[in-house]
Amino acid sequence: MNVTTTPWFDVVINLVFLTMGINFFITFIRLAKGPSVADRVVALDLIAALAVGVIALYAVATETSLYIDCALALALVAFLSTVAFAQYLMRRRGDQHE
Amino acid sequence: MSSLILRTTLRLILPILLLYSVFLFFRGHNHVGGGFTGGLVAGAGFALYALAYRVSDLKQLIKIEPQTLLSVGLLISLVAGLIPVLGNKNFLSGEWITISMPRFGDIALGTPLLFELGVYLVVVGATLTILMNLMEE
Repeated sequence: MNVTTTPWFDVVINLVFLTMGINFFITFIRLAKGPSVADRVVALDLIAALAVGVIALYAVATETSLYIDCALALALVAFLSTVAFAQYLMRRRGDQHE
Repeated sequence: MSSLILRTTLRLILPILLLYSVFLFFRGHNHVGGGFTGGLVAGAGFALYALAYRVSDLKQLIKIEPQTLLSVGLLISLVAGLIPVLGNKNFLSGEWITISMPRFGDIALGTPLLFELGVYLVVVGATLTILMNLMEE
């Protein structure tokens, strides 16, 4: 049976989109307020993970498998950016100790 | 930075990144993908390697100077553009050969693939050049 023909499909998809929107909003508050740089980096990482989720959700909603590849690429690159940020933070802390 | 966690993760992620870049490269022309995106993904993988180890280790891994990669890529793209000119066609127009392989079906090889290969090498070379110069400071 095709998933999109089940009766509650549209309702569930809209509900999950709404939840993801709320998630983005809450994470953006942490990104804006974040007392330290580390908080902001974690918030950015979470936003990237949420974006992966939204893209995958959109792929399900529109039945287009191409978006899944976008989500995969974004997940791999987001990991790289978080690692680069972490190294930058470590290097800066090392400078302060000297 | 010498982090054991990052190095172990890299062992898992780097093959996936490189495989994904090759996948993107071959899917180009007909679908989303191509030499540019494939090259960028491969460059991201090498960037991760340079972060987990050192830039000198990345140089040992690649063995070729990034500038050489860049210029060879440009040359390949130019050759791909010049091949149709020999057959009295416009510069950069597509020429296709179909190779029949037993058990594997037909494979369409053409100058666009060669051109994309050149773009791939140029993007990888440019990314590595920028990366090595920035991280060595």
